[in-house]
Amino acid sequence: MSHFIHNPAGRAIREEPAASITPRSVYVARRQFMRAGLACAAGVSAFGAGAATDWASAKSERDEPVTPSELAFQYNNFYEFGTGKDDPAKNAHRLTTAPWQVTVSGAAERTGTFELDDLLAGCAVVERIYRLRCVEAWSMVIPWRGVALGELLGKLKPTADARYVRFKTLYRPKEMVGQKALFSTIDWPYVEGLRLDEARHPLTLLATGMYDEDLPKQNGAPLRLVVPWKYGFKSIKSIVAIEFLREQPKTTWELQNAREYGFYANVNPAVSHPRWSQATERRLTGGLFSRNRIDTLPFNGYAGQVASLYEGMDLRRHF
Amino acid sequence: MAGAQQTLIKAVLWLLLAAPALWLAAEIWRLDPYRVGALGADPQLAVTRWLGEWGLRILLATLALSSVARLRRRPGWIRYRRLLGLFAFAYLSAHLIAYSALLAGFDLAQVGADLLDRPYITAGFVGWLLLLPLAVTSTRGWQRSLGPAWRTLHRLSYPALVLGLLHLVWLTKDGYFEVVLYTLAAFALFWERWRSRRR
Repeated sequence: MSHFIHNPAGRAIREEPAASITPRSVYVARRQFMRAGLACAAGVSAFGAGAATDWASAKSERDEPVTPSELAFQYNNFYEFGTGKDDPAKNAHRLTTAPWQVTVSGAAERTGTFELDDLLAGCAVVERIYRLRCVEAWSMVIPWRGVALGELLGKLKPTADARYVRFKTLYRPKEMVGQKALFSTIDWPYVEGLRLDEARHPLTLLATGMYDEDLPKQNGAPLRLVVPWKYGFKSIKSIVAIEFLREQPKTTWELQNAREYGFYANVNPAVSHPRWSQATERRLTGGLFSRNRIDTLPFNGYAGQVASLYEGMDLRRHF
Repeated sequence: MAGAQQTLIKAVLWLLLAAPALWLAAEIWRLDPYRVGALGADPQLAVTRWLGEWGLRILLATLALSSVARLRRRPGWIRYRRLLGLFAFAYLSAHLIAYSALLAGFDLAQVGADLLDRPYITAGFVGWLLLLPLAVTSTRGWQRSLGPAWRTLHRLSYPALVLGLLHLVWLTKDGYFEVVLYTLAAFALFWERWRSRRR
């Protein structure tokens, strides 16, 4: 899509000031108008080119087509709403996302409990098209909207003691039915963490929207992490707590099974999950007979931007 | 009269056993990435899982039929067991084909590597291999020519079931409801057999 430029770092990017002057409704209408115009110019009927085909022509910086939003909205690993891939889309409507507060604590100058809007106020809104690679060896290409986590961290001012950031998902079993599931062995709430330099990396997003929409509840509304070079489970959803720590935190899947899921969880085709190979992945298309098995790239294709974060580390040990 | 009744029961069983496959065929026909249906956003995995789960359920039903026939003292019911067993084998064979074609993309090197490296795939495949001679020898002719050995041979369905359950346990990340349910069912069936042989 024309308004996605590829910056020198090689990522599709479009940035706007936070308090975008154009109201969202006008902006969306303008985009749809432009799209209809383009469709006509291409000799294609604009009829039916509604919301469903919004992103049909958008590409990642590697020229990969964006995954249809219907797939991203209805195929979720969000065990708080059930372990089936379609459970979150069925059950997440119960979640109350407004008001939403986020507690910032630990080694930072600015701590306390913030309303979501206050927390993000002043941060530039950015849009990025990222590959999402699940540890289960499937992947999608998703357009996100959010703020760079690094910019928020700049405002929260972690102190010299802060070396890691821990995130927590909401714990509210009344609305998150998976949290009271009888045959689950997960210790809620869901916890994830990053090293501070990973958190500050310009690719790391705190997303509030996707596909030009506010985040659907099943995708982690109203605030989720997106770390595109790590397996999807690192990108924690529905965040209510951000803590700055000196020591590396234990994360949910690490606690669940340390042999299978590490703290770093960088996408790495050379290190197999004990139960399956990570050398390839299936890029989901929604089709049955598509030949969609592709090679998995080191750091999910973002090695050029992030490999230096791990220089000198044994990535087989720190998987 | 009895013959007509048996034919009717067989027809009903056929329909019931084929229903999951017919449903699957209808959903595959209706697939549309812009209108996610019952097969979800990853139909390749959904189709594979559906076939595997129904194969396992029908295998459990096959073993359950013998138990129920014993408990209710209706030895005649055993005559429907071959139909169930063959349907279980058909679903599990389709499951294996779906995995090789849809998930592994007919990449035989990938299938081979999975078989060697991935214990849950090894378990599932060996379980299917154990069922293969049972399907072959399911005819009346084989039954006659094997004599008492036929019964012994067909006890391979027990390790096949155990391997199928192991396959499911090992591929489950969390949410063990089905695993617990099927394992309890298998325990009940094995317990009934142990009891009936002691008497």
